[in-house]
Amino acid sequence: MARAGLWAALGLLALPVLAGLAGVIAPAFGYLPALGGTELSLDPWRGLLSWGGLAAAMRLSLTTGVLSTALSLALTFLIVAAWQGTRSFAWVTRALAPMLALPHAAAAFGLAFLIAPSGWIARALSPWATGWERPPDLLIVNDPWGLALVAGLVVKEVPFLLLMTLAALPQADSLRSQMIARGLGYGRVMGWMKVVAPRVYAQIRLPVYAVLAYSMSVVDVALILGPTRPPTLAVQILEWTNHPDLQMRFQAAAGACLQLVLVVGALALWRLAERLVARRGAGWAAGGARGAGADRVLRPLGAGVALATGLAVGLGLAGLLVWSFAGLWRFPALWPDAWGLRNWAGQSDMLARRIWQSAVIALGASVIALALSVAALQAQGARPARIMGLIYLPLIVPQIAFLPGLASFALILGLDGTLLAVMAVHLVFVLPYVYLVLADPWRAWDARAGLVAASLGARPLRVLWAVRLPMLLRALCVAFAVGFATSIAQYLPTLLIGAGRVGTVTTEAVALASSANRRLIGVWAVVQMALPMAVFAACLALPALIWRNRQGMRIG
Amino acid sequence: MHRIIAAIAIASASLSPALADSPDPQDWDAVLDAARGQTVYWHAWGGDPRINAFIASVGDDLQDRYGVTLEHVRLADTADAVTRVISERQAGRDSDGAVDAIWINGANFASMKEQGLLFGPFAEDLPNWPLVDTDANPAVLIDFTLPVEGFASPWAMFQMVFEYDSATVNDPPRSLDALRDWIGENPGRFTYPQPPDFLGASFLKQALYGVLDDPAALLDPVGEDYDEITAPLWEFLDEITPNLWRQGRAYPANEPALAQLLADGEVDIGFAFNPGRASAAIADGELQDSVRTFVFDGGTLANASYLSIPYNAAHIEAALVLANLILDPEIQARAQDPDVLGFQTVLGMDRLDAEDRARFEALELGIATLPPEEMGTGLLEPHPDWMTRLAEDWAERYGQ
Repeated sequence: MARAGLWAALGLLALPVLAGLAGVIAPAFGYLPALGGTELSLDPWRGLLSWGGLAAAMRLSLTTGVLSTALSLALTFLIVAAWQGTRSFAWVTRALAPMLALPHAAAAFGLAFLIAPSGWIARALSPWATGWERPPDLLIVNDPWGLALVAGLVVKEVPFLLLMTLAALPQADSLRSQMIARGLGYGRVMGWMKVVAPRVYAQIRLPVYAVLAYSMSVVDVALILGPTRPPTLAVQILEWTNHPDLQMRFQAAAGACLQLVLVVGALALWRLAERLVARRGAGWAAGGARGAGADRVLRPLGAGVALATGLAVGLGLAGLLVWSFAGLWRFPALWPDAWGLRNWAGQSDMLARRIWQSAVIALGASVIALALSVAALQAQGARPARIMGLIYLPLIVPQIAFLPGLASFALILGLDGTLLAVMAVHLVFVLPYVYLVLADPWRAWDARAGLVAASLGARPLRVLWAVRLPMLLRALCVAFAVGFATSIAQYLPTLLIGAGRVGTVTTEAVALASSANRRLIGVWAVVQMALPMAVFAACLALPALIWRNRQGMRIG
Repeated sequence: MHRIIAAIAIASASLSPALADSPDPQDWDAVLDAARGQTVYWHAWGGDPRINAFIASVGDDLQDRYGVTLEHVRLADTADAVTRVISERQAGRDSDGAVDAIWINGANFASMKEQGLLFGPFAEDLPNWPLVDTDANPAVLIDFTLPVEGFASPWAMFQMVFEYDSATVNDPPRSLDALRDWIGENPGRFTYPQPPDFLGASFLKQALYGVLDDPAALLDPVGEDYDEITAPLWEFLDEITPNLWRQGRAYPANEPALAQLLADGEVDIGFAFNPGRASAAIADGELQDSVRTFVFDGGTLANASYLSIPYNAAHIEAALVLANLILDPEIQARAQDPDVLGFQTVLGMDRLDAEDRARFEALELGIATLPPEEMGTGLLEPHPDWMTRLAEDWAERYGQ
């Protein structure tokens, strides 16, 4: 039965992705009978290539994706190398969960208001320091180089990579390795980079690839922070997908194929760079430079980076919260001239409905994902099956490359626009995260407890129910919360499969992004953030409550 | 729970014989009977909270008076709903479609009407139709040069007005030439939404009117003399672009984004299609009360907003009831209230009874709204071809 769960999980991940890809590749070559395309042709590609912004859009996707991934990875390593094993580091790890629960779009909104020329930073410095009585004419958000987009991605990907790194550290035996390196006179950061980093990187390689693929093809963050003339390739594909002239769907499909090729190409390049770094790095590591002095610069830098990331997200969200209660708020006033509840009151009906729909979808998808993950893990036994690498498929194939194809299938089958269909498509993205979060604690479980139970006559299923699941309650709760947050954050799947009938707080918030109404964006982003946070808090409280009289189940 | 009840109600309604035939708006009682218990999905642009709140209030009336539930599907772009209907037809879903009603005009209306995607004609059979002032507002019969022929029901009149902050601008530019000079003298203080956004593309048309001596050609589809006619427009844009907000390297996405720039003081002059928008925003505390409006001496673009029903709509009767309700004098007066929306009514005052007329007469103008006699000439919307073509060429010249 557990084996069936494993195959169900893999099928659930792979089938929609493959079907979606087929649904994109065929129309890219002119074949989509529902739209009158019955003959193979290269017209979609001709249309794509004749778009004047193509080169720039491709360049943007590539540069912003690679830059944000490299930056996120470097900053993550810096933070861990400089501070692992200290009290501040424990504090950073505790701040991770809420940062992870925060949807990308909400973080992007907050950042946009923080750094805009009429944003909070400019307001705090004006007019006393800057002399600005009116917002300066500076292009910061939506800058043509995509730097604001990179910043928006980095503040969200650093927490994700930190989490993945933390999970990998025990297997890399990092603390003892670093201790030995320091005993040999290496600086904290230098020792970690030379001794621990290579082993950790090997373990977080797939998450890094997921970050790269995601950053190159993200739609919601790019809509909020990215350039507009032209936008990134992914955003342009979405525009073509939604174009009133249905013939543009073919061009959109060709664009989606191109996006896939671009991502695969970037991954190949990244892999090549890995080898290069490995070869050069081996010599560097053996070179013996101790870099003890570098700590004086790198440790404060690491702390600064962690603090800046936290502040960018925290202050951004605080800004949105203030906007959601603001009446008139003119530049350069630091606080609104008037406060009120009308922004919230006006949205109350819609809020109630969207929260309800989002919660039902997220709950359903997370519960199913949890059950499938447990089944898949149970089926594998002690050693992970290689085939589970497939779990990364939906994270690495760009959403924009296969979701339009999946949406066409849903429309033809008449499944679109239902709560169940949206829940099913969310499951494709929720399942990998739930599985990844659950897998490590699952394997770390002390199997001797199971042996004792078995020797007392318990069958495997009873061991699972009566011993393993209760002991792993905390991990299960965290995995559920991550799944819930992942579902809440889904924009494109909800938009394309929901057909306007099913909407979540995230589709509502991103739709409002175009309206530039900060009060409403504030309201929705706050809700978008509060919903997963509340579930996170509940999921952390539940095990503590249930196990309050079990000394052995305490943390730490 | 009541979602399930609603689903059952919808399911049983679709079994009733009334739906077997296409609804006949002339048999209004049958329409009302069939509509009761239905949910009408109105796909309408959802970027303005005031409009959303107004639509929600119409939904309350619809429920109270006719037992019809209104679901506002908030669109980022009207084209999304058009796409939806086209996709459904091509997937063979010729009934029970997702879109029951669309807020529409211009190119979207033209393309749906041409492709036979609309239910109708129905508008002139609505019980409230006799109240519509077809003499004073020819735009309720002709949308962007295309005869409407009852395939859409008008519900609000719009005319482009410029909004400026009187605290920083003393003498607003009342012609395109004056605007060009003003932009040159005040670099970075003006911009327009990025075409193909509706308001942004409308600015291009407004500018085209301003640079042409004889704009008659705009009322025909785009012809071979397109390059010749539009050359002065591109000259005008080339001249102002370096002095636009962000030097024209970025543009606001749409009307609310432009409005936010005005509220933030990033630009000094904005514009909108709703002459009462500024007043309503000031009343809501979203815009400084020093903002006023003006129009060009040569006139500004005027058009009407319509409600259309797709041919495959699942709830045509409910959509008909909705179309009729928003022509109700009470609802129209609510839309015109400067504290609500400030929309201009499509109804003729001489066609109303005394009580309904009083509703309109009781309305104040709003602090930033121009009185009717100062609104100047409403320019006819060019043929929808122009908007599409101008937006495409704009993207090629400035959008990449």
